Amino acid sequence: MIGWLLRRLAQIIPTLLILSVMIFGLQQLMPGDPALILAGEERGDPVVLAQIRAELLLDRPIAEQYFVWVSKVVQGDFGFSWRIRMPVSQLILEKLPVTFQLATMAFVIAIVIGVPLGILSAVRRDTPTDWLANAVALAGISTPNFWLGIMMILFFSVNLGWLPPSGYVPLTEDWRASLATTIMPAFVLGSGIAGVLMRHTRAAMMTAMAQDYVRTARAKGMAEGVVVLKHAFRNALIPVVTLGAIEFGRLLAGAVLTEQIFTIPGFGKLIVDAVFNRDYPVVQGVVLATALIFVVLSLVADLLYMAINPRLRQA
Amino acid sequence: MTPALAVTGLTVSFATDRGVFRAVDGLSFSVAPGETLAIVGESGCGKSVSSLAIMGLLEGNARVGGDLRLAGQDLLAMTPEARRKLRGADMAMIFQEPMTSLNPAFCAGNQIAEVLALHRGLSRHAAYEEAIRALDQVRIPDARRRAAQYPHQLSGGMRQRVMIAMALACRPKLLIADEPTTALDVTVQAQILELLDELKRETGTAIVLITHDLGVVADHAEQVVVMYAGRAVETAPGEAIFTHPEHPYTIGLLGAAPRLDGPRGRLASIEGTVPDPMHRPPGCGFAPRCPFAVAECTVTDPALTMLAPGHAAACLLAPLEAA
Repeated sequence: MIGWLLRRLAQIIPTLLILSVMIFGLQQLMPGDPALILAGEERGDPVVLAQIRAELLLDRPIAEQYFVWVSKVVQGDFGFSWRIRMPVSQLILEKLPVTFQLATMAFVIAIVIGVPLGILSAVRRDTPTDWLANAVALAGISTPNFWLGIMMILFFSVNLGWLPPSGYVPLTEDWRASLATTIMPAFVLGSGIAGVLMRHTRAAMMTAMAQDYVRTARAKGMAEGVVVLKHAFRNALIPVVTLGAIEFGRLLAGAVLTEQIFTIPGFGKLIVDAVFNRDYPVVQGVVLATALIFVVLSLVADLLYMAINPRLRQA
Repeated sequence: MTPALAVTGLTVSFATDRGVFRAVDGLSFSVAPGETLAIVGESGCGKSVSSLAIMGLLEGNARVGGDLRLAGQDLLAMTPEARRKLRGADMAMIFQEPMTSLNPAFCAGNQIAEVLALHRGLSRHAAYEEAIRALDQVRIPDARRRAAQYPHQLSGGMRQRVMIAMALACRPKLLIADEPTTALDVTVQAQILELLDELKRETGTAIVLITHDLGVVADHAEQVVVMYAGRAVETAPGEAIFTHPEHPYTIGLLGAAPRLDGPRGRLASIEGTVPDPMHRPPGCGFAPRCPFAVAECTVTDPALTMLAPGHAAACLLAPLEAA
C-alpha cells in the first residue's frame, strides 16, 4: 500500500514535466508580442521594447526561457505577473479559494440531484419516473451555461430581487452573502454535471441490479431499499467516482463563461485576463496549478476505488 | 408430519411480447424435513423458474398459480413483505454461480452476518461472531481469517461453502439448491454434496436439489422429480429412478434404454430440442423426440399416473416393461 502510494506519487513528476513543456510550447504559438502590450504608449520606441525584452528574458532562446522558468517553479517560485505586478503564487492563492468554493457547491448540487435521480430511474426503468428523470437530465446537459446563467439573473435578481446578480463575497467575510453570490453560478455549473452524473449512475445501477449478488441479497430477505442502496449501489460507485473526479477537476480549473457572467473573481477569469494580456507567467502558473489539481484528484479517485472495490486493494 | 414444502399444481407463466408463455405447468411435489428431493431436467424445462417461484424471486411479469405451502403456511396468500421475512430465515436458496452470487464489495463474514442481523436481530458484533461459527460449520478451516476475506480471495468451492453457510445461518426449514455444483470441479462437487447431506442430517432442513445431472441424484436424493417442458413427467423414489425408469425421457437422461424390440434399443443422446413453450404440440410434449412414440402419443396428453407406491409417470406406454 505504502509502496503503491510512493510509486503513484513518483508518476506525478513525469506527468507534470510533460505538461510544463506543453504549456510553455503552446504559449509560444499565441499571436502577439508581450513586449508590445507591456510597452503601452511607448510601443514605438525600440529602446523601451528591447529593455522590456531583456528584462523578461524574451530575447533569450526558448529553451533557456523554459529552463529558467522550470528551475524556479521547482523551488516554489512561480514568477511575477508582468501585468498585475504581483507574485503569481499570490494570485493563485487569492483566486483558488473562490473557485474552490464555487466548484464544491456546484459539485454538491450535481451529486444531490444526479445520483438519486440516476438510482431512481434505474430502479424504475421504463416507467414514467424513468422518462421524467431522463428528460430532466437531458435538459441539464443540453442547456448552455451562459443562457441558464442569464435567465437565472433575470428571474431571481431582476424580477424577484432575491439574489445579487453579480459579484463575490468571501466566505470568511459573511457566509450568508457569500452563499447568496455563489448559489446561482453553482447551480448553473452543477445542473449540467448533474445530468451527466444521472446518466452514468443510471447505467451503472442497471448493470449492478442485473447481477447475481443482487438476487442473492433478495434471497436473503433484504428489504428492497437495502438491496438497491447497499448491495447494488456500492458496486455501481466506481464509474460514478471516476466521472465525479473528472468533473470536479474541470470545475476547479475554472468556469470561464459562468465566472464571466456572474463576475466571480476565480481561476477562470484570472486565466482569461492573463491570456488577453499575454501575461505569460500567470498563464503558465495557473495552467500548471490546474494540472496539479487534476493529478491530485486522480490520485484521490484511485484511493476511493480501493476503498470501494476490495479487489484493487491488494495490488 | 407436515411437509417442509408442499407444492400443488404450481403454474408459472410470463407475459411476453409474443403472448403468454407457461414455463411451469401443474407441478406438484412435497418434501419432508430432513429429506432431499431432486428436480432433474434439461435447461429450459422450468426447474429454475419453479424454485424462484417458490422463493418469490421472480420478476414482475411472472404469474404464479397453484398452492405453495412452507411448513403449512400458504406462501401465495401472504403479503410480499411477509414473504420477504421468510426468505433467508425459513427458506433459503443457493445458486449455480458461486463466482458471481456473492457481493464482491463485502467480506464473506459480513455477508453472512447481514442475514443474522436481519432475521435474528443480532448486533453487528454478535452477528459476525455467529457468521464465523457458520463458516466453521460448513467445514471452512481457519474460519475467522476466511470471514474477513472478500469473494475474490476465495476459491469456487469455498465461495459455495460461504453461500451454504449464509443460506443455513438462520436454520431454514427449506433450502433450495439450484445446480449448486455445476460450476465447480468434480472433486469439489462431491465435497459440496456431501456437506449438504451432513448439514441436512444435523439441522433437519429439507433440501430441494435442482440439477441436470442424474449422477448427483443417485447418492443424495430420497425423491426425484423429472421435469420436461414445464411438467413433471416422472416422480419416483431416488433408487427406483435408476432401477425402473418408466418415462422414455428419464430413460434418455439415463442414457440407457431397455431392450424393447431387439438390438436397436440404445439411446446415446436425446435427439431434438425442448418444444417451443408458445407452440406446445398437442398430445405428449415429448412425443416428437420420443423413440417409442406411437400414433396416439401425438393426440392424447398423458397425465401423471401412479405405477407403484411413490412412483408415477406421465406416459401412455408406461409401465414400459409391460408394453
